[in-house]
Amino acid sequence: MKFSLGPSLFFWPKNDVEAYYQQALNSKADIIYLGETVCSKRRELRAKDWINLAKELNSNSDKQIVLSTMALLESPAEIQTMRRLCGNGELLIEANDLSAVQMMYELNLPFVAGPAINCYNIATLKVLLRQGMSRWVMPVEVSGDWLKTLLQQAEEENIRDQFECEVFSWGYMPLAYSARCFTARSEDRPKDDCKYCCIKYPEGRKMNSREGERVFILNGIQTMSGYQYNLVNEVPEMVNMGVDIARISADNEKAFTMLDRFGNQLVTPEKYPLDGVEECNGYWHKIAGMSVA
Amino acid sequence: MELLCPAGNLPALKTAIDNGADAVYIGMKDDTNARHFAGLNFNDGKLVKGADYVHEHGKKLHVAINTFAHPDGEERWRKAVDNAVAIGTDALIIADLGVLDYAATKYPDVERHVSVQASTTNLEAIKFFKNNFDVERVVLPRVLSVQQVRQLAKTSPVKLEVFAFGSLCIMSEGRCYLSSYMTGESPNTAGACSPAKYVRWQETDKGLESRLNNVLIDRYQSDENAGYPTLCKGRFEVDNNVYHALEEPTSLNTLELIPELVKMGIASVKIEGRQRSPAYVEQVAKTWRMALDRFAENPDAYDVEQAWMNTLSNLSEGSQTTLGAYHRKWQ
Repeated sequence: MKFSLGPSLFFWPKNDVEAYYQQALNSKADIIYLGETVCSKRRELRAKDWINLAKELNSNSDKQIVLSTMALLESPAEIQTMRRLCGNGELLIEANDLSAVQMMYELNLPFVAGPAINCYNIATLKVLLRQGMSRWVMPVEVSGDWLKTLLQQAEEENIRDQFECEVFSWGYMPLAYSARCFTARSEDRPKDDCKYCCIKYPEGRKMNSREGERVFILNGIQTMSGYQYNLVNEVPEMVNMGVDIARISADNEKAFTMLDRFGNQLVTPEKYPLDGVEECNGYWHKIAGMSVA
Repeated sequence: MELLCPAGNLPALKTAIDNGADAVYIGMKDDTNARHFAGLNFNDGKLVKGADYVHEHGKKLHVAINTFAHPDGEERWRKAVDNAVAIGTDALIIADLGVLDYAATKYPDVERHVSVQASTTNLEAIKFFKNNFDVERVVLPRVLSVQQVRQLAKTSPVKLEVFAFGSLCIMSEGRCYLSSYMTGESPNTAGACSPAKYVRWQETDKGLESRLNNVLIDRYQSDENAGYPTLCKGRFEVDNNVYHALEEPTSLNTLELIPELVKMGIASVKIEGRQRSPAYVEQVAKTWRMALDRFAENPDAYDVEQAWMNTLSNLSEGSQTTLGAYHRKWQ
């Protein structure tokens, strides 16, 4: 099993992004995803900056570098930006919307179907394979049993060797996308006058119930899980069912510690008790995502 | 511009047709559609009756098969397509790429519409559906501004349908897992958001509390109207500030956009609410029919009547309506 560092979903200053990915080069990640997946107004790094950074990382390491693209695209300008990313000429692309799938198909290039693409069954996998998908990241709400059945079906239909399977395994999960910016709303501003306020919240804004229970994290137009997903104890099971890659989301520097910890599970598996007020693993176990099984 | 109304059962279907719907959309009595609620939807016998009623009146029937197929039950989704075609549906509304592929291959002559649950928000994504499944129409998620809809309408290779009235989903539909995060069930996998079986009401000394799978969604004082605890419409706390952090209880109402939408060439305006009563469907269908007819008679003199707004507001969540994402300020 390999390990990937997912794209950072937050809005960080350019220097911080560059420093983070320098650190990432020395991490245990086999694959590094990077790029803006949430909001096109976040322009600390523009498309060309992301491409340059990714190419630089690519030339300085033997890790696989992948450019991730946006999930919710609404304007021709956003499509234009994505076209530049897709046509970078060197790096693999993670498609998080069918628009990117369409572009990669037209370019006749392979792509990763990211977690924001709704692929829940074998018939959909086949459609995406026809488009050129080489790796599938399952939607975060899919359970272990669901995945197991699906991968078995792929074996039976002799298509399992045509794609890699990746599972979002640690970090705040992206759960929803809206036209509305909830971070701007939290500062009582409309999106058109957001003042790029996401940059003040490098780990998003916590949204709690009125009883103080952490419910969600507000991250611009994206709503994330309030707790960090943690499948560290499920690594051996994932290996058994043939998951190729476990994704650690680039929430903060803890991601690097988690890459070490997940990697160690392949050598000396250990049980880590989950912290019920910070972590969850419910989705994998077919219960409420925010729960701990 | 077609007026497309919801029907959760046979009486609602008849009411919609009798009150001016050009077409109705329905779902089957299982988890193949995104309003999989107890006591709602059509079994095989009712499907036939519904289709007959619609067709006898010269109107159109759309069948929604718009959840995502489970790996251990894909045949349920294919059977839903087969059944819909067998009763002579005029269109299939589908979200799942695999189900679309099945429908396009097996029934190339039956019109396919891309469900709102497929989150198609831009031209390239529309091309994907057109090229792969030769779809006739795309239903746009409620995330685009009027300007963005207009731009898409100019260039889209297929017809567009937009939401016109009803409960406001504020996320890009089909890409919202908030409900399963809290309850284990989402519109994509179980056909319901914030399912009723997880709702609990409790009178406490702090006020009336609504909970979803035990998470406090809202708390009401005696002078406040309590609403269904849809999880994105509760009051939450962000850095000690308690407010509707995502959205207030409100409904979408676009009566004032009718001239714009017609001008853009939008094929159909959709009324949300298969879970609503026949009485609700009657009032909404009637009001929208009046407005559309008024516009058709004399486009230049079209003006939204206050009486229509009052009727629709009274049927709305929190008795208030909004233009939602169509209006940039909302965003």
